[in-house]
Amino acid sequence: MTSIGTGYDLSATTYSPEGRLFQVEYAAKAIDNSGTAVAIRCTDGVVIGVEKLVGSKMLVAGSNKRIYHADRHVGTAVTGLLADGRMLVNQTRSECRSYRSYYGHDIPARILNERMSMYMQKNTLYGAARPYGCGLIIAAYDIDGPQLYAVEPSGLSYSYYGTAMGKGRQQAKSELELLKLQSMNTAQAVKEVARIIHLVHDDV
Amino acid sequence: DSFCAARIMLHAAASRAEAMELPKAPGEISLGTSIMAVEFDGGVVVGADSRTSSGAYVSNRVSDKLTPLANRIYVCRSGSAADTQAIADIVKAQIALHTMELGKEPLVSTAARIAQQLNYKHKAQLLAGLIVAGYDERIGGQVYNIPLGGMMQRQPFSIGGSGSMYIYGYCDAHFKVGMTRQECIDFVTKSLSLAMARDGSSGGVIRLAVIDKDGVERHFVPGDKLPPA
Repeated sequence: MTSIGTGYDLSATTYSPEGRLFQVEYAAKAIDNSGTAVAIRCTDGVVIGVEKLVGSKMLVAGSNKRIYHADRHVGTAVTGLLADGRMLVNQTRSECRSYRSYYGHDIPARILNERMSMYMQKNTLYGAARPYGCGLIIAAYDIDGPQLYAVEPSGLSYSYYGTAMGKGRQQAKSELELLKLQSMNTAQAVKEVARIIHLVHDDV
Repeated sequence: DSFCAARIMLHAAASRAEAMELPKAPGEISLGTSIMAVEFDGGVVVGADSRTSSGAYVSNRVSDKLTPLANRIYVCRSGSAADTQAIADIVKAQIALHTMELGKEPLVSTAARIAQQLNYKHKAQLLAGLIVAGYDERIGGQVYNIPLGGMMQRQPFSIGGSGSMYIYGYCDAHFKVGMTRQECIDFVTKSLSLAMARDGSSGGVIRLAVIDKDGVERHFVPGDKLPPA
């Protein structure tokens, strides 16, 4: 049952009496309406799969992809408001680029995740800006191996072995929990991700 | 064009100035110097003389030109004392912050890169020849030479400063790949001693540091105990 803000939900800079920021919570709802994204961290890499909802036969196949390259060792996927997501991917690329330019090596996954989390959190501080209505999945392979992070509109993020965002995430997460993620390799994971996306796809 | 020609001449003048230790401005303190660093399997040896000169006056005969940037990374400084101290301070501060964020010891190449960026971006204002050397877990012992214009090159061994010009032949003849830790210490000591003997802007004592996975060992060779020529 969705809770009603009743006057405390008009601005991101207003707390409710229980200490909640409703605008940030509503931003998370924007993700729930978009196509599912599933990601699995494997022993030898990270696999991301995205359910791409095609609105009409007039659209060129393969356009408007939701999975992006952010650096030679980083991939990202967006869920939620895809236009917002594009800005986040730009920012991710910029962070990777500036880190490499200054320090001379690949940005570590954990540090990239921190930077993107802080970047998204920034938009929850001001009345003049709204939170990003997207979830960002960061897949990176750095010196410590493959890692998977997912960032929410609040700026909260965790490191995952497997995660899902979007419409079919509840079902996808249940499916992921049944798998032995820590011993899977990418070849196996690609099949599982594809199977799960197909499973949770709802024609409605 | 004339702008390029002017820059080239300025560069040449700066190299000559460093080589002959002519002061940039009246009273400018310069590190007329001999510095050196050598890689071995598992670490590096860095060494320097101890003379700081202001024209013909030796303002410090026991200076320490080997400056730590991190737990296992040192920089050998040559050129303007002020410029190299400023650069070392900035790199040290940036690396400290980077280390906290990274959660582990920084790479030698990272420290070298930051120093190189400063040296390149501000090449018109700076007179600094640096050798960044140290140990990290990923690659082991590394030596990075960062001369005046701000290029960076990893080398098995590197010499720098005004005194280095006198020992190029000696170092090329006596360097061998795969030297042991003690052989590297002897190589550095002997080379610097020869440079200090011939270069008026180098002298004093020899300071050494041996850096490996277990830490940094500082050595000291007094001026009257230098290996005979």
